[in-house]
Amino acid sequence: MGRYRHNAQAIRALVRPDSVHRDLYLDPELFELEMERLWRHTWIYVGHDSQVPEPGDYYTAQVGREPVIMLRGTDGTVRVLANRCAHKGTKLIGAVTGRCAAGALRCPYHGWTYRLDGTLRTVPLKSGYEGTGFESSEAARGLQPFACENYRGFVFVRLGADGPGFEDYFGESLSSIDNMVERSPAGRLEVAGGVLRYLHDCNWKMFVENLNDAMHPMVAHESSAGTAKRVWEEGGSVSPAPMVIEQFVPFVNGYDFFEKMGVKVYDNGHSYTGVNFSIHSKYASVGDYERRMTETYGEERAQRILGEARHNTVYFPSLTIKGAIQAIRVARPLAVDRTLIESWTFRLVGAPDELLGRTTTYTRLINAPTSVVGHDDLHCYRSIQEGLASGGNDWVNLNRNYSSAESAGVTGNYGATNEIPMRGQYRAWARYMTLGTQEG
Amino acid sequence: MSVSVRASDTALVDFVYREARLIDEKRLDAWYELFTEDGRYWMPLTRGQPDGETHTSLFYEDRLLLKVRIERLRSPNAFSQQPPSFCQHVLQQPTVEQADADANRYVLRTPFMYAESQLDRQLILAGVSWHHLVLIDGALRIRLKKIDLLNCDAALPSIQLFL
Repeated sequence: MGRYRHNAQAIRALVRPDSVHRDLYLDPELFELEMERLWRHTWIYVGHDSQVPEPGDYYTAQVGREPVIMLRGTDGTVRVLANRCAHKGTKLIGAVTGRCAAGALRCPYHGWTYRLDGTLRTVPLKSGYEGTGFESSEAARGLQPFACENYRGFVFVRLGADGPGFEDYFGESLSSIDNMVERSPAGRLEVAGGVLRYLHDCNWKMFVENLNDAMHPMVAHESSAGTAKRVWEEGGSVSPAPMVIEQFVPFVNGYDFFEKMGVKVYDNGHSYTGVNFSIHSKYASVGDYERRMTETYGEERAQRILGEARHNTVYFPSLTIKGAIQAIRVARPLAVDRTLIESWTFRLVGAPDELLGRTTTYTRLINAPTSVVGHDDLHCYRSIQEGLASGGNDWVNLNRNYSSAESAGVTGNYGATNEIPMRGQYRAWARYMTLGTQEG
Repeated sequence: MSVSVRASDTALVDFVYREARLIDEKRLDAWYELFTEDGRYWMPLTRGQPDGETHTSLFYEDRLLLKVRIERLRSPNAFSQQPPSFCQHVLQQPTVEQADADANRYVLRTPFMYAESQLDRQLILAGVSWHHLVLIDGALRIRLKKIDLLNCDAALPSIQLFL
């Protein structure tokens, strides 16, 4: 018998205005409830529609506890279906990507087939079901499509029936996706360059919190970015700086830089750092990219699009994007102390290939299981996971720049070293962990 | 007319064994010097990956990036190295796949097992290394070391040293 399943009050009590209880990161029951509630009431990123360009193309993923298929139908619509045969539960597709043969999904076990919209097409020896009441069974309904939104190529799903609508949930935070898409002279993104899959032996929230934590880079990344800076300087600071130096060095900018870049916080746990400028602002221009942008958008609008260099945008709880470098990271929780972080990269359609090279270089340097930046981040997350096991202090402190005025709402612009993005995330966490529950 | 000096098969094979040993013994400055000025250390992210430019790799390090990694391992602020990691290569006999003295091009193929340990954690990886070597002033150097990891497409934990 758990402490939290039937006690919304107890769940709410874990989130104070300025601190959160360590059970959020440690308690297996809360993790199960997150998968049942947070991961079902909110909008979770599945994939990008460029991964399934043609009818019948699929991409399979795990959303919370749910194996899903992102599938382009014969009508061109991208849907997200349960990857579970309506008969006995066999996963219909074992591969990660591919194309359905003969325009249908076919179960590898008993050969039931489904149309690309998920409806049941054929069952072998169908006469065996005559007069059995099969028509009114769950199985006869086929694969239920989940509530799904394709926002400018980014495909999100809401698994549960309850929860906010897509626009209500994300609101103006979608401007970060807009900016990422508009950085393409053709107004289109394509997944390219492969996916890095980095296993984190920590709770998913350490990762998500860290994305808009502007107080850690100069400390945690001194050994990597600081060493890169020193090695380059000892080599004579050759100009122009190589791309890898351009990408590493801003991580060890001072507190003043990170404070002044600014953070914008929205309702429902979303936020982005880099309102005014970011570590991506001073990248050298690449080839004739800016000319191509001006051709599409005109001088003024092109400059406005490229002038936005947002750092990280968190689409709570599952997706974080870096529009300025065309890379995203997706948190896929596996267990209370185990999380898969996927890093995907994108081609800006119509832009020179060198830009994709910049993107793949960045994601390798920063997000790979072999990244010296990633190593130190993960070391800290894992240390939290182990450190929080100690008794004596149950609370994780989020007091930095806290103001009691936040009780009215967290939305607004702040200095980026403020811990308000995290306070906003946990307000949303408590909201969706208790949505529709009976007080116990 | 100059007569090409050919590196012997024994010298080539010995070089590969010695290179792995330098990593395992953490003699990383000596290891770094094995790379030519334009040398690369490459571990692709996918099988048959054509290049490291427009596709992400696990490693695609030039000398500058190798230097940064080696120097970082010595930093007191390399927190992920507290406690430090150690590694051990177990190599199958390398085979000489190409030996073209005129083009100064030597390619060896070496299946391997690699273990990386950090106190109570141990990671075991397997794959095939490809050494593209050149003779410079009578010494073999690495132009490219390419590591085809068996599970390059797997979800991986931190890999902190060199394969």
